[in-house]
Amino acid sequence: MTSIEADSLSKRYGNVHAVDDLSLAVQSGEVVGLLGANGAGKTTTMKMLLGLLTPSSGIALIAGQPVRSVDRRSMGYVPQGLGLYRDLTVSENVAFAAASFGVVFPDLERAGLADVADQRIGRLSLGTQRRVAFLVARAHDPSVLILDEPTSGVGPLGRAHLWETIRETAASGAAVLVSTHHMDEAEECDRVVLVARGRGVASGSVKEVIAGAVSVSVSGDATDESLKAVAATGATVLADGPGWRVVGADRDVVAGLVGPSVRVSEVPATFEEAFVALSS
Amino acid sequence: MTWGVESVSVAFGDHIALDDVTLSLEPGRIAVVVGGDGAGKTTLCRTVVGLEEVTTGEVSRPPRTCFQPESSGVWVDLTVIENLDFVARGYGLDPVHARSRIEELLDVTNLADARDRLGRQLSGGMQQRLGVAMAVLSEPELLVLDEPTTGLDPISRLELWSFINRSAREGRAVLVSTTYLDEAPRGDMILALDEGRVLASGSLDEAVRTMPGKLFESDRKMGALSWHRGRSWRVWSPNGELVPGASETVPDLADVVTVAALAGEQV
Repeated sequence: MTSIEADSLSKRYGNVHAVDDLSLAVQSGEVVGLLGANGAGKTTTMKMLLGLLTPSSGIALIAGQPVRSVDRRSMGYVPQGLGLYRDLTVSENVAFAAASFGVVFPDLERAGLADVADQRIGRLSLGTQRRVAFLVARAHDPSVLILDEPTSGVGPLGRAHLWETIRETAASGAAVLVSTHHMDEAEECDRVVLVARGRGVASGSVKEVIAGAVSVSVSGDATDESLKAVAATGATVLADGPGWRVVGADRDVVAGLVGPSVRVSEVPATFEEAFVALSS
Repeated sequence: MTWGVESVSVAFGDHIALDDVTLSLEPGRIAVVVGGDGAGKTTLCRTVVGLEEVTTGEVSRPPRTCFQPESSGVWVDLTVIENLDFVARGYGLDPVHARSRIEELLDVTNLADARDRLGRQLSGGMQQRLGVAMAVLSEPELLVLDEPTTGLDPISRLELWSFINRSAREGRAVLVSTTYLDEAPRGDMILALDEGRVLASGSLDEAVRTMPGKLFESDRKMGALSWHRGRSWRVWSPNGELVPGASETVPDLADVVTVAALAGEQV
């Protein structure tokens, strides 16, 4: 069942198109990653899907209903700023959320938060704060969970635990939409949607997004002048170890510009490079 | 010539921010310090450049060391060119040489078209590129960058790493801290920190090769020593014993760091 749906969503601020005719869908039990550069429109899209921002055009649907008419208890949200009260303890934050949604106080022991129940949020590590924010967002058992960069600043084990929780939430039937800057986390998602300048530019599994994408590898003998000429074609030239990687250019064009004595070859693009090529 | 820290510990009152950390910094090579918030990355950067006193251990650095703090260090009320001019004058660089160096840096950082924009009008990625340009303007022997890519999108991060790579090719030692584990392989040396202690160190190959025990892949969670990874589960066997129902797999850096964190929890 489609639980989250953006149907031709747009958001304009004056002449700026923050989101431009973006469509996406997340099924129940699915984790979809929303990837894009800063300012690409990820947070704006999420806020429209949550009913926190009114679209300029298009419609945001939750379980097939316009989001404005949907019971808030069906939705959970962890914003970038976490939305916790820093001067309240973990227990007080969780109790406030539980009371607001009219649900039973969740089990802090099971969430691994019993040891910090009486500590103020502001005194906890970011990883622990994020676990509290997750618990608050899931306390009312929402069918839709929207997470804005949920693992930012968290150590590797903390990230693994948070992703475990995200997958558990999806396995219980919730639809999860998550934005991230960690390219390796794209692998944790069932599908990804790439956004550039407010528009959806690609979607599918990581393998599907990369499929067929190639970059050009250039040996370190290339001169700065020749690399400038490559960049002038609109390609992205990146220093990589002793050599260079060129994204968004044809091998023969690059070979012609750097000269016959420089080794040039076509190589499979990384996910990051495919991302750059699609975003350009 | 090698610089860096040797068996260094740093404490703030009762809090141990760095615990017996060793890292060597060599000309032409990039060392990447990776860890989450509170891991000790900033303390290590500040210790290397002499802004923190060590409790124990030794620190060495060249006379020409430049440090870019997490905030980028850009003056937001000055233009790009004014920021660079100000730093050049601060270092007393020859004006003709400084002008040529500034133009070169504007070029390689893709900031030439933004030279007259105020610092506050730059995107996060442009501010960080300007910050690194300011740090390398005086051609230091050692460049220390504290979380230059935090908060930047993947494209800005790639551009910044390209510039960092160029700086190392010019022969300087570079220390970069980051919260992004997938950036660690961009360096020659890796130091993974968690709550001030070293989880993994050395080259990528060394870090993977020295992981204790064996790693397995499973389609389900298998006890406290397993964690979710991609579309399956990883299971760590500390003593290397086979795990029934799971197949052995080759660890990568993310696995090595997670194993080290798990091992720390077991103590």
